[in-house]
Amino acid sequence: MEGETLDQAPAHVASAASQERIIEMAGVNKWFGQFHVLKDIDLTVRQRERIVICGPSGSGKSTLIRCINHLEQHQEGQIVVDGNELNADVRNIDAIRSEVGMVFQQFNLFPHLTVLENCTLAPIWVKKLPKAEAEDIAMGLLERVRIPEQAQKYPLQLSGGQQQRVAIARALCMRPKIMLFDEPTSALDPEMIKEVLDVMVELAREGMTMLVVTHEMGFARMVADRVIFMDQGEIVEQADPETFFNHPQYDRTKLFLSQILAH
Amino acid sequence: MLALPRSSRRAGGLIGWLNNAHVRAILYQVLTAAAIVLLGWYLVHNTVANLDARGMSVGFGFLDASAGFGISFTLIPYQEGDTYSRVFLVGIANTLLVAIISIILATVLGLIIGLARLSDNWLIRTLSRTYIEILRNTPLLLQIIAWFFGVFNLLPRPRDSLSWLDVFALNNRGFYMPAPLPGPGFEFVIAAFVLAVAFAVGLKRWAHRRQDATGQIFPALPVGFAAIVFVPLAVFWVLGAPLAWEMPELRGFNYQGGLSVPPSFCALVVALSVYTSCFIAENVRSGIQSVSKGQHEAAASLNLKPSWTMRLIILPQALRVIIPPTISQYLNVTKNSSLAIAIGFPDLVSVWMNTSLNQSGQAIPIVAMTMAFYCAASLTVSLIMNQYNRRVMLKER
Repeated sequence: MEGETLDQAPAHVASAASQERIIEMAGVNKWFGQFHVLKDIDLTVRQRERIVICGPSGSGKSTLIRCINHLEQHQEGQIVVDGNELNADVRNIDAIRSEVGMVFQQFNLFPHLTVLENCTLAPIWVKKLPKAEAEDIAMGLLERVRIPEQAQKYPLQLSGGQQQRVAIARALCMRPKIMLFDEPTSALDPEMIKEVLDVMVELAREGMTMLVVTHEMGFARMVADRVIFMDQGEIVEQADPETFFNHPQYDRTKLFLSQILAH
Repeated sequence: MLALPRSSRRAGGLIGWLNNAHVRAILYQVLTAAAIVLLGWYLVHNTVANLDARGMSVGFGFLDASAGFGISFTLIPYQEGDTYSRVFLVGIANTLLVAIISIILATVLGLIIGLARLSDNWLIRTLSRTYIEILRNTPLLLQIIAWFFGVFNLLPRPRDSLSWLDVFALNNRGFYMPAPLPGPGFEFVIAAFVLAVAFAVGLKRWAHRRQDATGQIFPALPVGFAAIVFVPLAVFWVLGAPLAWEMPELRGFNYQGGLSVPPSFCALVVALSVYTSCFIAENVRSGIQSVSKGQHEAAASLNLKPSWTMRLIILPQALRVIIPPTISQYLNVTKNSSLAIAIGFPDLVSVWMNTSLNQSGQAIPIVAMTMAFYCAASLTVSLIMNQYNRRVMLKER
C-alpha cells in the first residue's frame, strides 16, 4: 500500500486517518527564559505517518521534535507518545526513548568508537543483547544504508553523508517505532544530500513513522503525508504537500515558500 | 619549441645555484651543524683548559668517599659517615617522596576543584574559580615560602600540639603519625590483597566475555572493589590482627616514635599540591567541556543511562584531553620540588647540587648526575604518556 500511495498525497492522508494515534501533543508551551519558543502546540501523529516540518530559523521546529524524546522539557501541556505520557516519571521517559530514534544535524556519532561499535553500543547496554546478535542487526542495517564496508572504520574517517547514514543506522538498531530527523541534511555538502535523502525515502516507503525537520522541499513533496509550517513558535499551517505547495492559505506561508523555492 | 620561462633562463651561475630550494635546505643544515660542533668544541676545550689551570681532576672517584655531613630528614637509612653515592640516593628518595605524595594530593584536589568549576551552584563555581585564579597566578616559590614561614613554622610548640584522636600530631617541629609494625603472618594479608586484585581483574574480563556472549551485565567494578577491600580484611581478622602500631608520644621536649616529617616537608608538599591542583583542575574542566553537548544528546536519545554515558561516551573522550597535559603537570611537580632548597628540605638539589657540590668541588659529575636523574624521570613518564596517547588518539582520515 505504501509504495503506490507515495506520490498521491491526498489518498494516504485519508488512509492515515484510520490508523492509530502514536504521538499526541496538546496545548504544549515552552519558554527559553523570556523567549516563548513553543506556543500552544496541538499536534497528532498517526502510525506510519510521514510529517515534514519547515519554517524560518528560530521558529521552534527543532525544539518541537526535541520535546518528543525529552531532549527539551516542555513547561505546559501534554505530550503522549504511544500511550506513555511525558512527565517527571523517569520510567516513562525511558519507555518513550526506547521507541523514538533520533538523527541530528551534526550526526553526533561517537568518535572514539568504530562505526559498528556506534551501532551496537545501545543494543548491548540498553537492550542487553549478546554482542554477536547486536553486530548481526547492525551489519544488516549498515547494509540497508549502503555502507557495510565501512563498519570497522572510525566516524571521522567517513564523509559527512556516510556519517549521517551511520547515524540513521545507529538509531534504527534500537528498532524504534518513530524516527525524528532534526535537519539531517543541513550540515552536508550538496552532493551528499541525495545519498542521505535516498535512505530516508526508503525508510518512509517501509512504513516508518517519521517527523522530519528539513528545508528539502523535494523530499517533502515526494514522501510527506503532511507538511507543517511553523513560525514564531506556532503551527501556522498544515496540509498535504499538494495543497501546501500549490495553495497555501496564509501570507506567512506564502512568503516563506517564495523565499525557499526562489532558487 | 616552447620558450623557457624567464626564471629558468636566468638560473645559471652561483646566484642561481643559491636560489635553488634544495641547495638552500642542505646549506642551512650544514651551517647549523657546523655552528653546533664549533660551540661544543669551544665549551669542552674551555672547561678542560680551566680545570688544568687549577689542577683539578674530573671523575666519579669521589662517590666512594665519605660525605661526612648529616641530613635532617631521610626516607632511606643514612648516617654521617656514608658515602656520596648514598647521599645521591637519599636525595633521589626524598625528591621522589615529595613528588609522589604531591602528585596524588594534587590529582585528588584538582579533580574536585575542576568538577566544582563546572557546578551549577554559583557559590561553588565562583569559589573554585577564585581558588584557581589566585593560586595559579602567583609564583610557586612565593607560595612555598608563605606556607613554610606563614603556616607550618607558626604552629604551636610540641607540648601544645594540634592533635587528632591522640594518633596524629602537628606542631612546629613537624607532623607525627603512627608507624605500622607488621607482626608474624602479616605477609598472608599482603598475599590476600594481591590475590584479590588478581581476582578483580579476572572478574572484569569474565564479565566482559559474558556480556558479549549473553548480553547480561555483571557489576564487576563494585564487586571487584569489595573483594579488594574485604578479602584482605577478613584474612587480617582471622589471623588475629597481626599488625601493631608504634604511636608517637610526647617525651621531654618533643614527640618520639612513630613516623614523622619535618615542617619543611609539609610546606613543600602542601604548596606543590595546591599550586599544581589549579592546573589539573583546568585540565579536568577543559576535558569535560571538550565533549560536545551533542554527545550527551545522542546518548540520551539512545536511552543510555547517565552513568553509562559518562563511562562509555564522555570519559573516554574527556580523558584523551585531560591526561597528556596532566602528565606534564606531574613532570612539573617533580622538577618544581627542587625549590625545596628555599626552605631547607633535603631534596636531591639541596643535598647533592648544593651541599655535596660545595664540599667535593666535583661540579661536572654532580651537575651531570642531577640532570641525568631529572631527565630520566621525565623521559620515562613521557614515554608512558606517548604510548597512552597513541592508544586513545582519534582515528581521522
